[in-house]
Amino acid sequence: MAAEGQRVDIARALRDAGVTALIAFGLFLPLIGFQTVTDIRNDLILTTRWPLLFAITAIVGAGRLAYSFGFEPWLNQRALRPVQAAPSAWRSFVGKWFVPFAIGFVIVYPVIVIALNGFGGSVKWIDNFGIQILIYVMLGWGLNIVVGLAGLLDLGYVAFYAVGAYSYALLAKTFGFSFWILLPMAGTLASFWGILLGFPVLRLRGDYLAIVTLAFGEIIRIVIINWVDLTGGYAGISGIPRPTFFGIPFNANEDGFAAVFGLEFSPLYRTVFLYYLILALALLTAFVTVRLRRLPVGRAWEALREDEIACRSLGINTTNTKLTAFAMGAMFAGFAGSFFAARQGFISPESFTFLESATILSIVVLGGMGSQIGVAIAAIVMIGGTEIMRELDFLKQIFGPTFDPTQYRMLLFGFAMVLIMIWRPRGLIATRAPSVFLKERKSISVDLVKEGHG
Amino acid sequence: MTTPLLSVRGVKTFYGRVMALKGVDLDVSEGEIVTLIGANGAGKSTLMMTVCGNPRAREGSIAFAGRDITHLPTHEIARLKLAQAPEGRRIFSRMTVLENLQMGATTAEPAEFERDLDRVLALFPRLKQRIGQRGGTLSGGEQQMLAIARALMARPRLLLLDEPSLGLAPMIVRQIFDAIRALNKQDGLTVFLVEQNAYHALKLAHRGYVMVNGLITLSGTGSELLERPEIKSAYLEGGRA
Repeated sequence: MAAEGQRVDIARALRDAGVTALIAFGLFLPLIGFQTVTDIRNDLILTTRWPLLFAITAIVGAGRLAYSFGFEPWLNQRALRPVQAAPSAWRSFVGKWFVPFAIGFVIVYPVIVIALNGFGGSVKWIDNFGIQILIYVMLGWGLNIVVGLAGLLDLGYVAFYAVGAYSYALLAKTFGFSFWILLPMAGTLASFWGILLGFPVLRLRGDYLAIVTLAFGEIIRIVIINWVDLTGGYAGISGIPRPTFFGIPFNANEDGFAAVFGLEFSPLYRTVFLYYLILALALLTAFVTVRLRRLPVGRAWEALREDEIACRSLGINTTNTKLTAFAMGAMFAGFAGSFFAARQGFISPESFTFLESATILSIVVLGGMGSQIGVAIAAIVMIGGTEIMRELDFLKQIFGPTFDPTQYRMLLFGFAMVLIMIWRPRGLIATRAPSVFLKERKSISVDLVKEGHG
Repeated sequence: MTTPLLSVRGVKTFYGRVMALKGVDLDVSEGEIVTLIGANGAGKSTLMMTVCGNPRAREGSIAFAGRDITHLPTHEIARLKLAQAPEGRRIFSRMTVLENLQMGATTAEPAEFERDLDRVLALFPRLKQRIGQRGGTLSGGEQQMLAIARALMARPRLLLLDEPSLGLAPMIVRQIFDAIRALNKQDGLTVFLVEQNAYHALKLAHRGYVMVNGLITLSGTGSELLERPEIKSAYLEGGRA
């Protein structure tokens, strides 16, 4: 297994494996070796799980051994290899065609799914995988403006998502406005709250800003929980009007979508419509961000991330720059929120916990701050990964019927994050594409640039 | 005597309770190169930052081009064409050289961008070779050139330079000082230079001020100050590069 030209020190490998197994044994002895169970008389009894403990210890030791023999020589080999000067032709080809191909794929995705699964089996694939992922892609892109471009660490982003969702739900139920009127209104309201949050935190940066935004996210959620008259508290709001196809509702009635277009009724039409709606909203977010980066305000965001003092001494109004970043980011969260409310038909504070903020933030960080493609890939992996875990029923046959893979979601996220931070500490796609060129594009790895001081 | 372009009168600046500037008077007239020298911690950089409004002067007044700027926010001071290449350069390290220069032109006329760009690239040809590179990949000297070039993109009436020679090889220092001299001679640019490198700074400047512990203790023309024995002993021993 060892790579040629390199001898693996067997004695050392065995010793390492032994030490690792010993540490694992020590760690898991109290965690796994012992278990307390309640017996019939409601007393706690200490039992032991020796087979499981030894199995895990053996797996860890064997894993260390495999690392020594298989992976370590490969790593050493790689370290010796000279750095590639020019990217290979294949990589530049992928770089050039990736975005058009990806956009083309997401546009035809529902068609492919329906062709493969038929009408009945497609809802799950378009809804759980398509729409769910696209919501997070959009939220990731929105937060990317605040965190990735302007460098303002926001841990309470879900608050704006909640503002958008509740704005839509309340206004639609109370006044009966249509989705298309309320979408921009929800965005406006969310960006208003973004500015409101922006004002008190203008002087803060980094850790301090993170704490305040975290608190803001919780404040919004707790207000929603406790203002029962308006929001329904924990019970949430149900029966939220669903979006219509320019006035034509998606139902089985005579004036419904299927009837008007002479089709047989199927709930799939609404799902496909929602899919294209969120796709359009997400692409709008990406498009606006790309355009803004080339405008003075976008470049000012990036300069602000790099050095605030230098910005001010160049005549940039850092107050306005920060507020616009908060407002833009919040606006897209508001759009996504109102879409979320319209899609679910039911919202409650449970959808807007800190865990959501953390998920969106980890999508941005894992994807590579400031990189649109990276954020999209990270959203697909993280949200798609969660959904796939729901599908892994065969694991129940191995681990027993009570085994629920989604319970291990956070464990896997943590694991993925540790790996990413080891191998790609600046995210999946770490290169920041310059937004202006004199003659031709030249690319320089970000690895060569030291971390910004900020 | 005409009114000076920049005039600092009785300025006192505090960091918390510590008084860093204890009543500073200083003038910079149009077309001059004025330098401020002094030891570490004398308050040179504090004065420069106070002129830019960060931190603010608690007492005294600062006027630029006949206008009181003591209480203006920093970005509005910059918009009056008072540009600064701050200490430690503070370039945008993840942005390219060209983008850095574009940021410098924030307060300038967009129509004149190309012309200004050609002008600063002619002054620092090294930057032209590095135009698409990220600021953080430049050498220290190139970063300093970029910081000055970025400040020049605003077409300033007054250029504030805070220790441009910091940590640079003598040859690079000479290049940068030559560039400052050329700017002053050809374009009549007014320069206020804060320096530790007293010999070079006084050679370059028309007039100089010496700051000790937050107070101006000496002033005079550059060549006068170079001849003063107290300057020689305090700042120039072994300082001749």
